[in-house]
Amino acid sequence: MAEAHPVGFQWVVEAKKRGARIIHVDPRFTRTSALAHQHVPIRVGSDIAFLGGIINYVLENELDFRDYVVSYTNAATIVSDTFVDVDDLDGLFSGFDPETRTYDPTSWQYESEDTDADLHRSQADSSGDHVEHRETAAGMQHESHGSSVSARPMRDETLQHPRCVYQVLKRHYARYTPEVVEQVCGVSQDDFLAVCRAWTENSGRERTTALVYSVGWTQHSVGVQYIRAGAILQLLLGNMGRPGGGIMALRGHASIQGSTDIPTLFNLLPGYLPMPNAAKHHTLTDWIESVRNPGAKGFWANAGAYGINLLKAYWGDAATADNDFCFDYMPRITGDHGTYRTVLDMIDGKVKGYFLLGQNPAVGSAHGRAQRLGMANLDWLVVRDLFEIESATFWKDSPEVETGEIVPEECRTEVFLFPAASHVEKEGTFTQTQRMLQWREKAVEPPGDATSELWFFYHLGRMVRERLAGSDDERDRPVLDLAWDYPLHGDPEQVAAGWGEPSAEAVLKEINGYEVATGRPLSTFTEMKADGSTLGGCWIYTGVYKDGVNQAARRTSRHDQSPVAPEWGWAWPLNRRILYNRASADPEGRPWSERKAYVWWDPEKGDAGEWVGDDVPDFEKTKPPSYRAPEGSEGVEAIEGIDPFIMQGDGKGALYVPQGLVDGPMPTHYEPVESPFRNLVHGQQGNPTRKEYRRDDNRMNPVPDDDHADVFPFVFTTSRLTEHHTAGGMSRYLEHLAELQPEMFVEVSPALARERGLEHMGWCHVITARSAIEGRVMVTERLRPLRVEGRIVHQVWMPYHWGQSGLVSGDSANDLFGISLDPNVLIQESKVGTCDVRPGKRPRGTALRDYVDGYVARSGAVDHVVPVVTASADAVRRSHDVQEDGKDQHAPHQVEDR
Amino acid sequence: MIGRNSLFGPLDPAPDAGYEAPPPRKGFFTDTSVCIGCKACEVACKEWNDVPENLFQMLGTSYDNSHSLNANQWRHVAFIERPGRSTAPDQPDRLADPATPPVDIGMPTVGAPPSGVPDEAKPDFQWLMSSDVCKHCTHAACLDVCPTGSLFRSEFGTVVVQDDICNGCGYCVAACPYGVIDRRTGPEGDPSVGIAQKCTLCYDRLTDGQRPACAAACPTESIVYGDVEQLRQQANERVAALHEQGVMDARLYGNDPEDGVGGTGAFFLLLDEPEVYGLPPDPVVTTKDLPHMFTRAGMAGTALLIGAALSFVRRRS
Repeated sequence: MAEAHPVGFQWVVEAKKRGARIIHVDPRFTRTSALAHQHVPIRVGSDIAFLGGIINYVLENELDFRDYVVSYTNAATIVSDTFVDVDDLDGLFSGFDPETRTYDPTSWQYESEDTDADLHRSQADSSGDHVEHRETAAGMQHESHGSSVSARPMRDETLQHPRCVYQVLKRHYARYTPEVVEQVCGVSQDDFLAVCRAWTENSGRERTTALVYSVGWTQHSVGVQYIRAGAILQLLLGNMGRPGGGIMALRGHASIQGSTDIPTLFNLLPGYLPMPNAAKHHTLTDWIESVRNPGAKGFWANAGAYGINLLKAYWGDAATADNDFCFDYMPRITGDHGTYRTVLDMIDGKVKGYFLLGQNPAVGSAHGRAQRLGMANLDWLVVRDLFEIESATFWKDSPEVETGEIVPEECRTEVFLFPAASHVEKEGTFTQTQRMLQWREKAVEPPGDATSELWFFYHLGRMVRERLAGSDDERDRPVLDLAWDYPLHGDPEQVAAGWGEPSAEAVLKEINGYEVATGRPLSTFTEMKADGSTLGGCWIYTGVYKDGVNQAARRTSRHDQSPVAPEWGWAWPLNRRILYNRASADPEGRPWSERKAYVWWDPEKGDAGEWVGDDVPDFEKTKPPSYRAPEGSEGVEAIEGIDPFIMQGDGKGALYVPQGLVDGPMPTHYEPVESPFRNLVHGQQGNPTRKEYRRDDNRMNPVPDDDHADVFPFVFTTSRLTEHHTAGGMSRYLEHLAELQPEMFVEVSPALARERGLEHMGWCHVITARSAIEGRVMVTERLRPLRVEGRIVHQVWMPYHWGQSGLVSGDSANDLFGISLDPNVLIQESKVGTCDVRPGKRPRGTALRDYVDGYVARSGAVDHVVPVVTASADAVRRSHDVQEDGKDQHAPHQVEDR
Repeated sequence: MIGRNSLFGPLDPAPDAGYEAPPPRKGFFTDTSVCIGCKACEVACKEWNDVPENLFQMLGTSYDNSHSLNANQWRHVAFIERPGRSTAPDQPDRLADPATPPVDIGMPTVGAPPSGVPDEAKPDFQWLMSSDVCKHCTHAACLDVCPTGSLFRSEFGTVVVQDDICNGCGYCVAACPYGVIDRRTGPEGDPSVGIAQKCTLCYDRLTDGQRPACAAACPTESIVYGDVEQLRQQANERVAALHEQGVMDARLYGNDPEDGVGGTGAFFLLLDEPEVYGLPPDPVVTTKDLPHMFTRAGMAGTALLIGAALSFVRRRS
């Protein structure tokens, strides 16, 4: 955190000054470790084993916050008797189809009192086709949608039923003993138990613990399950929805949270509405019902209003009830259009053009060579950036020019490089990890021809529409009917000439939403109407322009307001600073403790009592804790007074996820795709459902049991240095930053240096099946070998900030990674791999490819494809059989899926 | 204007320099126990003061690529990788193991340290970080020796170079007991090449009521700017708090008005001996002995004169 988020780290330092104990779990000793009381080195890629061990510690010793767990989580919910856990299936859950490598999750569902026929309209849609879920990264929708399960599953609040989630969880993690953690993670039992004690002793009624992770945690083939493991722990210990608790994702750039809220993703629309699918969403109703999940609890019941307001924001007056609010104008997805699929499609000649904005995939994305070869096979490429980055110059100076794979004279891609305005040169908002929007004023004019993204896309759209004006071609209607009318401001001459800067505040007002007839900005998303009388571009942001005031621009001093500081910026939804904060009070609505009082029920307030506190209650203001839903209710009405997790189908925090995840209802330890170790916990080596692209240009290093696994004997990982920003596009070109870390280097332990003959400050190169890169050797005790499964493993660390351009240049660590993706969200495994390290510089020119090919041949990766499913044949068959049984019992609709 | 302690001993420098009713003396308290080595101070300093590039070279001294304070580096963050002194109970006795160095003398480790302890058995070691800066001494030798008046004592008690007056003689470079001030050697074309350069404590910001750039940029309040009197008190409290938390190595450096430079305007909380951070353990203002020397030189001169006079007397007689 101190390395990549030094400004946020000030609060850790502040806590330390007040006596907090800091423990840092990280493969290497970093700037964060330097200030921690204890550094716990861990093997890269073994985090689920580590967290699973803590979950086991909590459950074995009954250290969970029982009152919280019983009332606010699904611990008491009974799981279907057809569910079979990984322990009985060699690392697979029940319902595995070895052909498609996906699960039929029918057997993962809750037991229900309802009849089978009803099981459940709400469950049916989402539990369906996992092949398609993986293709479309459908897990991202569940990020906010939660599981759309039955509102009224069977529960045993004594937690004694052998199939209640609590007992299922307890059995699932029983294997993760301190001994197993030591064996798998290389963490001593003393260190491990110190973490267990610190976490549990600092949780409960009187105290809360925050879990803070940076996004490297997500970049694994089991990345989503890493976060899930953290969520399970935080729920068990009662740390969600309470002050000082929660799970904080420290994002890699400014406004990454904003770029998922109003997404730059192929499968999502603003406010986490799904991108319509060509096969499933033929009509507006299909689309809305798939979000709404009739029968489930919660605020997604209003999805119709959210979706129609978005369509109205896009197409304005053209969107009417008669034409389904122009739903047919919406593009549809047909499968995997993720960034890595797109890159491989570029190599295969299936993509013509590409826009890059503030992104430098030539050096910043996994498998740099594939990225560059892909971009070299386009008709055109638009790059908007602050500097002439590698993604704009790859055709003339990339490593592939040296190897002869790209010939500048013959490269067909026409590159259009546009200078972009930086964040201080344009107005707008950043949304940070607390979901807080903060408005930025433009401080200075952008230099030269540099312009904002808003300017670029507004005028690009305007010019395209002018070009198409008068067209009567049906396919041009979506563009011509767009509401594309933003007021321009800035330099009067430019405005007069039609080239002014669109008002970002006008865009914010549209995002917020307003009444069409009067223009009155909406105050809350509950004012959104499904009849076209209101419009709004992102329902979760409604309220940011409440009363016509830019709430994101508020800057009231913390000294002049409550400790929650509600008047600094604006947080979605409805300016709530802590989500699900109903959980900060006990089931009767009283604070769990005076020390942690935050939001509570005041029976004296209003007509018949109200939720009050420092923050905006994340609950219906006048719904008392004693409220119980009437029989047959759904949606908001079905949320009971003790259901704090109002976006979940059952109102409860999910310790066990019956649907929404492609790779299983509970996190289980799988080895990284490339690992020098066999999975000690199961026969199933890696995530069996991971997304793979098996091609000659995307080979993976072999894993043990293969005779050649020792060709790549070391584990490597990459991350950032404080001195640089991501792939260096904003730091390598600036003198004052570039000089701080002027060269690419490779950190190794003294022991590995001895073993491989590496000299401090000499050169070395690192080799994988994809490429070989070089760097200066940094021998340091900050890296230390670990003892894993009884033998010593060396870990190598590299920063990934360099490329061939800029004031300081060097090889890109991202060239070493292949493409293997998490099946839920299609994020790449770019934080762990295996490699070899050798002294000296790498070969140059065509010799480089020969050298790498030699390694590939020696590793056997040419003829021998690493098997993904390694659980025993018997386990695979039995897992599959459960699926067959499940079909008969519960879900006849499943037959037609796939 | 020369007072009893003008060259040595406790003193409030601004009134001593002739300011009438100056503002309270300003300085830095750099608490290295919360420094995270982010180098924001280095960058903010260079941005505000337009300090050009320094080395552009990887040095291999941990994460320090700035090397030292010099004309192009007015803030410098040192990184010291140091093996822990405690020996874990399950480890072989270091002294009994002939392969291990017998005694850790606390010198900074540069690059790969030799080590015979199996790596997996290493105890936690320390990674010390510290942002160094001009000390703005109570008795500033650079100022004392400057023949042009380019270096002056500001009303804030700080020591500042005036680029347009400095003639580049370099007396100050030799005079500084910390090796802070230096003449700029590059880059070519820079107007200040040949001119003595160092931290001004952002004199141009102070006169506008603002904090120095490095203190404003420091995310963890490792660099605190304020009235020296208050900072000294704050530093004492911080040391006491750290001692209470069991960090017995915490100590102050430069806070003592009785030390060799009369205490510094920029002083430090360190977690080890000053030498480990590359700081002189007992700096003394190089002009301390000027009165002595003057007296002695005077005596010698007088003796010479008397001798000469006597010789004439004798000749006459």
